[in-house]
Amino acid sequence: MNRKNPEGEVWIFAEQEDGKLQDVVLELCGRARELADKLGVKVGAVLPGRGVADLSKTLFSYGVDKVYVVDDPNLARFTTSPYAHVLQTLIEKYAPQIVLYGATHIGRDLAPRVASATRSGMTADCTDLQIDDVELLDSKTKTKVQYKNLLQQIRPAFGGNIVATIVNPEQWPQMATVREGVFPKGEADETRVGEIVEEKVAIDASLLAVEALERFVEEKKVDLKGARVVVAGGAGVGSKENFKLIFDLANALGGAVGASRAAVDGGFVDSHDYQIGQTGTTVRPALYVACGISGAIQHRAGMQDSAKIIAINTDPDAPIFSVAHYGIVGDLNQVIPAMIKAVKERVVD
Amino acid sequence: MSSYHSIVLVKQVPDTANVTGSAMKEDGTINRAALPTIFNPEDLHALEAALEVKERFGGTVTVVTMGLPKAADVLRDCLYRGADRAILITDRRAAGADTLATSYVLSQAVKTIGDFDFVFCGRQAIDGDTAQTGPQTAEKLGIPQIAYLTEIIDVKDGKATLRRSLGNGWETVSTTLPALVTVVEEANEPRPKAAIKVMRNKHKRVPSEVADPSTLAPEDRLEQWSLDDISADLDRCGLAGSPTKVYRIESIVLKKEGFVEVPATEEGVRNLVAELVKDRALG
Ligand SMILES: Cc1cc2nc3c(=O)[nH]c(=O)nc-3n(C[C@H](O)[C@H](O)[C@H](O)COP(=O)(O)OP(=O)(O)OC[C@H]3O[C@@H](n4cnc5c(N)ncnc54)[C@H](O)[C@@H]3O)c2cc1C
Ligand SMILES: Cc1cc2nc3c(=O)[nH]c(=O)nc-3n(C[C@H](O)[C@H](O)[C@H](O)COP(=O)(O)OP(=O)(O)OC[C@H]3O[C@@H](n4cnc5c(N)ncnc54)[C@H](O)[C@@H]3O)c2cc1C
Repeated sequence: MNRKNPEGEVWIFAEQEDGKLQDVVLELCGRARELADKLGVKVGAVLPGRGVADLSKTLFSYGVDKVYVVDDPNLARFTTSPYAHVLQTLIEKYAPQIVLYGATHIGRDLAPRVASATRSGMTADCTDLQIDDVELLDSKTKTKVQYKNLLQQIRPAFGGNIVATIVNPEQWPQMATVREGVFPKGEADETRVGEIVEEKVAIDASLLAVEALERFVEEKKVDLKGARVVVAGGAGVGSKENFKLIFDLANALGGAVGASRAAVDGGFVDSHDYQIGQTGTTVRPALYVACGISGAIQHRAGMQDSAKIIAINTDPDAPIFSVAHYGIVGDLNQVIPAMIKAVKERVVD
Repeated sequence: MSSYHSIVLVKQVPDTANVTGSAMKEDGTINRAALPTIFNPEDLHALEAALEVKERFGGTVTVVTMGLPKAADVLRDCLYRGADRAILITDRRAAGADTLATSYVLSQAVKTIGDFDFVFCGRQAIDGDTAQTGPQTAEKLGIPQIAYLTEIIDVKDGKATLRRSLGNGWETVSTTLPALVTVVEEANEPRPKAAIKVMRNKHKRVPSEVADPSTLAPEDRLEQWSLDDISADLDRCGLAGSPTKVYRIESIVLKKEGFVEVPATEEGVRNLVAELVKDRALG
C-alpha cells in the first residue's frame, strides 16, 4: 500500500491517441491547477506513449508543472496492463496525493486497475472536485475524525437519480475519473514552462498478453462540445423528416444539432454522436434550446449546466422546464419557424 | 470439443431506470425497498457471452453473485437460461463494500472455484454506476482484462480473439487465457429462459432463503458461501476494506425555481430573441 503523502502532487493521466491529447486532459489541467494551488503543491502529468514527449509543451501551457514522460515502443498503443503498470510504478515512486483520469473508454478501463494494484480508493465519473476539510465518523471507534484538505469527489449514481460526495480519507492517492466536458478548458499560455522528467519503466513479457490485431476508428462527425449554441430535438419532433426543423434553427443560430436518446433511437439523426446526456455528450454551451424533449434525468445530466436554456414543449409539466431559464409552452412546429424568422429579422436589422 | 470454463459475475440491482415519486422518501432519499430489483442489464449479456463460448467451443458456465439472500433470484434466472452452477456469496461482514472490497471478495470467490478460462462481467451496474468492479477483479486475479466486448471471434489453443468497442470505433485483440472480459449490450441478444430449465430449477433455494434449511432437499439446494468459505481477509472486506466513504448524498429533486414563460406567439419569440442578443447568449 502507498504512503499517505499530504505534500504529494496533483497528477493527471495525460491520455493521448496517435500523438494527440484528449480534450478532457486539457480540461483536467485547469481543475488540477486550482486544486494544487489550494494545496500548495505542483501539478504533474504522466505521459506514456511512443515519441510523444513534445506534447509536454501543450501540457505546460494548460497549467502542468512537471511531465513524467515514459517513452517505450510497447506503449505506442494503449493496452491496459502495460499502461497500468507504468502508472502503478510511478505512483509508488512519487506518492502523489491525487490522480485524475478522463472518464473515457481508456480512462475507465485503466484507472480501476491502477486503483486495485495500489489499493487506493477510486471514484468514477465525477462531475465536480473540491478540496475541503471533512469530518467523518470512524465506524470502529464511533468517534468523529477530522480530515484536512480532502478531495471531495462529487458524482451522480443510481442511474443519475442521486448525487453522492465521495471521499477517500486514508488509502491514497485519491483517484477519480471525470467525464469530458465537465470542466471548461482554460486558455493556453504558451509562455508557461515546466520540467520534463524522463522515466524508464520495465515492461516485461507477462504484461503483453493482449495483442491488438486490427483497429477501426471513425472521426467524430459532430462537434457538440465546441459549440456556443446547441439546438436539440427529442421524440416530440416526430420524424426524421421533421428533424430538418432542428437543423434549420441550428443553422439560423449558428449552432450545432443535438438529440435526446429517444430521437437517436427513433432514427431521427443518423449517429449516436448527436446524443446529449448521461450516455452521450455533456455540453455546456452559452445557449441550449431543447425542442420536444421531456427532460428525463439522464438527458438533463448532459445539458443542465448550459448558461441559458430554452425549452419548447407542449406539456407545461414536462420536467425540462425545471432546468429551463425560458419556457415556451407550445408546439415546436409553430414556435421554431417563428424563432427562425425572428433571428433572420435581427440579422437584417 | 475442448472444454472452457467460464465464470460469470452477476449483480442484482434496483431498477434505477424507473425511479418514480413513490420511490422517494420524505427526506428526499431513495427508498430502495420501494424499487423492484432486476438482473443488472449488462450482466445478462455477460451470461450470454459465456453461454456462447460453451455452445461454440465447449465447456461449462458457473455464475456468482455477492449480495443479500434475495439475490439468489438472479442465480435462478441464470440457471433458467443455461448456466450449470450457481453460487451466492452472502455475509454480513461483506456489507458496505466499495468496488475495491467488492472486487476483492469476487476475486477470492473466483480463486476458490478455480480452474477457469474466462471471467465475464457486465461493463457496469446500474446502481453504483462505476464500471470499476471488472477491471479491479482482473487485477487481483493477475489476469488480463478486455473491456467492452462486442464480439467473440474465436477461441482456440488457450487463446481468444475478441472484438471490443473503442467508443469511436472497434479493435480486434488476441489474448491469452484466462482473461476477464467486460461485456456491453451490443455483444449479443440474451436468450430467453427455457421452460424446461425453469421447471427443473424453480424450487432451488439458498439455505438463507428458507426458514429451516434442514428441510431443503439436497437437489433443491443452491450453493451459499460465506467469507470464510473463500478464505477472505476480513480487513479487505465490507466497510472496513473500503477506502472510499460516501460523505453526503443528495437526491435530485427537481428544482422548482421559476423560469420566464415566453408566450408561444411570434411576438413572444421575437422578444426572446432580442433579449438573448442583448445578453450575449446569441450573436
Ligand atoms: C441508463 C440510461 C441512460 C440514458 N441516457 C440518456 C442520454 O444520454 N440522453 C438522453 O437524452 N436520454 C437518455 N436516456 C433516456 C431518457 O430516460 C429518456 O427516455 C429520453 O431522454 C427521452 O427522450 P425525449 O425527451 O426526446 O422523449 P420523451 O420523453 O418521449 O419526450 C418527448 C417530449 O416532447 C413533447 N412534445 C411532443 N410533441 C411536441 C410538439 N409538437 N411540440 C413540442 N413538444 C412536443 C412531449 O410533451 C414530451 O415532453 C437514458 C436512459 C437510461 C435508462
Ligand atoms: C451512491 C453510491 C456511490 C458509489 N460510488 C462509488 C465510488 O465512487 N467508488 C467505489 O469504489 N464504490 C462506489 N460505490 C459502491 C459500489 O456501488 C459498490 O461497491 C458495488 O458493490 C459495486 O460497484 P458498482 O455497482 O458500481 O458495479 P460496477 O463496477 O459498475 O459493476 C460492473 C460489473 O461487476 C460485476 N459486479 C459488480 N458487483 C457485483 C456483485 N455484488 N456480485 C457479482 N458481480 C458484481 C457485474 O458483472 C457488473 O456488471 C458507490 C455506491 C453508491 C450507493
